[in-house]
Amino acid sequence: MIVAQRKSIPEIHNIIKEHENVIVLGCGTCVTVCLAGGEREVSIISSALRIAAKKAGTKVKINELTIERQCDNVFIEGAVEEIKKNDAILSLGCGAGVQAIAERYPNIPVYAGLDTAFLGILESRGVWTEKCAQCGECLLSDFGGICPITRCAKHMLNGPCGGSREDRCEIKVNQPCAWQLIYKRLKDIGELDKIKKIHPLKDWSKSLNGGSRTIIREDHRI
Amino acid sequence: MDEKNFEPKIVAFCCHYCAYASADLAGSMRLQYPPNVRIIRTPCTGRLEVEYYMKAFENGADGVLVAGCLEGGCHFIEGNLFAKKRVKSIQKILEECGLEKERLQMINNSAAMAKNLVDAINLMISMVKQLGPSPVNKKIGIGY
Repeated sequence: MIVAQRKSIPEIHNIIKEHENVIVLGCGTCVTVCLAGGEREVSIISSALRIAAKKAGTKVKINELTIERQCDNVFIEGAVEEIKKNDAILSLGCGAGVQAIAERYPNIPVYAGLDTAFLGILESRGVWTEKCAQCGECLLSDFGGICPITRCAKHMLNGPCGGSREDRCEIKVNQPCAWQLIYKRLKDIGELDKIKKIHPLKDWSKSLNGGSRTIIREDHRI
Repeated sequence: MDEKNFEPKIVAFCCHYCAYASADLAGSMRLQYPPNVRIIRTPCTGRLEVEYYMKAFENGADGVLVAGCLEGGCHFIEGNLFAKKRVKSIQKILEECGLEKERLQMINNSAAMAKNLVDAINLMISMVKQLGPSPVNKKIGIGY
């Protein structure tokens, strides 16, 4: 799941204050689950922006709408009429959602109300942690299902670094050493010999390199 | 409304199992509290979503008082503890909006503590009077 968090109200108000009608557009998928941009957050942020606007004396009118998925044109289409009534959109979707909306409305400014943080999971109530760096070439099978790129502070493929204390990372003391976790996991599943494998330099050309990545499935194209 | 004669409008969310009953008891005991407060009965303070508080402030409440059961005495075990955390987080949002966090307060009150509730209401009203009208009302010129 994509995990994001709300920008501060003064920051958002500063972005939208020049407009007359702004629609706060929520997304019913990942950002709803991480409690950042769903229907309820749309209501809360809209109320907060109305209060901030009244306090600052700006005339911006805030409207609210939440669609099922902002990163999919099928769902955006259903909201066209409502969105058209506004002169700016404040998207509470992830970075992909904001850009999908911006592509669909070339003449309306689209602003991001959230800071998209990472791809992660719900660890416990109200706690989300990053689990995947989307490096483009998954190595999890070699490391017992624990990603050293995401979870090791030094992104080491041939660890541990030697700096960990007990089972804690030397950079973030509250964080477990990823290589300690990998060792324990490989031992538990009887694949400890894998830890001896030396990994060559990772091919980062499959990651953030040369603009946005594209996947084309010819078998699904019409 | 000039600020001298300002009479604040306070919304009090009162839990059915404690504070609402104590407000009732206050009436039976002939304890008086100012008419500035509008009591809204809620099944539990844990039922109060963030939106409710925000809507109250957005629509012109000068202050919001949340009255839940004593800690450990919630009818639903931990609803008042949820409310406590929620109130703290809303106070932060209010500050971001430019409102004083003191405009939102939570108290814990049992059904027998009528005097305590009346004192809390009086304290809340005098504090909000010191803060002045909510900026939401000031700007659009709606009086009490």
